[in-house]
Amino acid sequence: MTDATANQPSNSTGKTSLFVEDARTKKRNAAEARFKFYGMLAVATGVIALVLLLISILSQGIPAFSQTFMRVNITLDEQVLDPSGNRDPEEIAKVMTFAYDPIINNSLQSLADELSAEHPEVTASALQGMLSKASKGILRSDVIANPDLIGQTVEYEFLANGRIDGYLKGRVDREIAALDGNVTPEQLDIADTLVEAGKLEKRFNWDFITAPDASELRPEAAGLGVALLGSAYMMLIVFCLALPIGVAASIYLEEFAPKNWVTDIIEVNISNLAAVPSIVFGILGLAIFINYMGLPNSAPIVGGLVLTLMTLPTIIISTRAALKAVPPSIRDAALGVGASKMQAIFHHVLPLAMPGILTGTIIGLAQALGETAPLLLIGMVAFVNNYPESMFDPATALPVQVYNFTQRSDPAFVERASGAIIVLLLFLLCMNLIAIILRRRFERRW
Amino acid sequence: MNDMRIVERDVNANEIKIKGDKVQVFYGENHAIKDVDIEIEDKKVTAFIGPSGCGKSTFLRSLNRMNDTIDGCRVEGTISLDDEDIYDKKVDPVQLRARVGMVFQKPNPFPKSIYDNVAYGPRIHGLASSKAELDAIVEKSLRRGAIWDEVKDRLHDPGTGLSGGQQQRLCIARAVATEPEVLLMDEPCSALDPIATAQVEELIDELRTNYSVVIVTHSMQQAARVSQKTAFFHLGNLVEFNETGEIFTNPKDPRTESYITGRIG
Repeated sequence: MTDATANQPSNSTGKTSLFVEDARTKKRNAAEARFKFYGMLAVATGVIALVLLLISILSQGIPAFSQTFMRVNITLDEQVLDPSGNRDPEEIAKVMTFAYDPIINNSLQSLADELSAEHPEVTASALQGMLSKASKGILRSDVIANPDLIGQTVEYEFLANGRIDGYLKGRVDREIAALDGNVTPEQLDIADTLVEAGKLEKRFNWDFITAPDASELRPEAAGLGVALLGSAYMMLIVFCLALPIGVAASIYLEEFAPKNWVTDIIEVNISNLAAVPSIVFGILGLAIFINYMGLPNSAPIVGGLVLTLMTLPTIIISTRAALKAVPPSIRDAALGVGASKMQAIFHHVLPLAMPGILTGTIIGLAQALGETAPLLLIGMVAFVNNYPESMFDPATALPVQVYNFTQRSDPAFVERASGAIIVLLLFLLCMNLIAIILRRRFERRW
Repeated sequence: MNDMRIVERDVNANEIKIKGDKVQVFYGENHAIKDVDIEIEDKKVTAFIGPSGCGKSTFLRSLNRMNDTIDGCRVEGTISLDDEDIYDKKVDPVQLRARVGMVFQKPNPFPKSIYDNVAYGPRIHGLASSKAELDAIVEKSLRRGAIWDEVKDRLHDPGTGLSGGQQQRLCIARAVATEPEVLLMDEPCSALDPIATAQVEELIDELRTNYSVVIVTHSMQQAARVSQKTAFFHLGNLVEFNETGEIFTNPKDPRTESYITGRIG
């Protein structure tokens, strides 16, 4: 409109040189340049936010993957552990965890004696406070598993206390230690001595990924094993249920269903369902799967079913879009040579729509993987210390574990929460990688 | 076996293959084809001409019930193939389409190998009992599609990698692979360059010996070149249907005359 009414710049001959930019062109070019600038600004904002996020998570989370270990020679005293001397596993199992205290103390005493000649500050009681409270439990289960160890002197690498670990990672210094009831500045001095003596060492800790969660008293032992298993079980359930159900529903709706008010209502509801807050699905799962159907609390099977319901609309919507995007000429071609509708769809349309379907599925799975709210309602937030042996055993999930870690007061859990986020992101990355590989396989030109 | 059929068909030459009687096609409220009576003869090329939107493609698609796939499309009257009503309730459109093949406006090979493109129809109809038989069908069809020499060394390359004209001939080979009796062609040359067009036209002329061909075209020269009978459609009506020579030299209806002389269209 304005183009038509604006005045044309003209000279006496009515012609302008191509080398001179007229006012209108200048304005248009300026507008284009401005838009490009805004676009770059938007992209830059996104990139900066992502980089900041990654830096903050990585800097806080990477220390969680290493842990400080103390090397101690433990003499497993037969008098204490197996007085009868017949190595009967049942009798050994009767010896309670607290009975291992003197064994560890004796060993620490000999370590203190060894070092106190040069470093008088090293005492057995200070060393005792520097060990993880998980140590005696580890020792006991080791002895029960392998009674032949009794009577021998074995070198153990026990986890150091969270505060000592924090000192080696730079989180704790003497000023903080002076205020902290759990550690003294002297213990930090001893830690320095032990590092020099090669008795204290920080190294990569697989247990962070494989071990189950641990209580607040021993943050150094807490791991993600149960949460990883729980998440993996749930993803398996979501994939096995949501993909076939979603794809079947989309194919029916897109290709076979008559277009009438019933299908219209179904369509509107599917779109609405995709926008329903996830916690609503949690309440639904609680009411139907746990209260009505009597499935166990905190179990990945319930979590998987709830997340399946949540993921279905996403998969259906993206699958329908992918089916719609297949050129109708392919359908015509198949029908034209006498294929039935189903043959046309399964032989030609579906393979072409597969990359789009997989993309939608992965987006849905990624959403489900990161979902926390519905899992809180079905009890997956519980403290679970045992590995789930099946989908019906209690477990947690990675995002819930992150939430759990952040709820605890010990600062050692802050780094573990960030570490758990890194594991969650890596899990997601693996899933995306699989999707990309699958998509490559199916991708074809048309 | 196929030779037998050909001999049998020779006997029936000049007989009516497809007969339309008071055919009406509706798209919802839109009355697209009005009262069309037509008799399409066997072993001849019949061309449908007419301005855009006149219903010639719609009518063509109703001959093998491709219109069934369009929502809200309704056909009234009778269309019969060898005196059997193809819109009868007992007729399965899939069986019909195996006998009435179709080639589309835009070349639409499947995104598969050249071999699989041609072998698809015979496979789903169970026309070959062994790999060797299937190979023979593929070779014969590609020869009929006049493309065998160009692709025989790369049968397992993707069909989509061929040029436009080759793709269209591949589609024709695919259509003849199921041994149809009638071949419907919806503007098969509109996306092709003149050389490819000439090749396809030559091919249509050869196909006439085995099939009855119905071709929709925008080009009157093409209709004159390849067809024996021509039907002129205008605004959903079949205005005139006659020997091609008659239509172009001595049109009976003033609308036909205006169209072929370029005054409407």
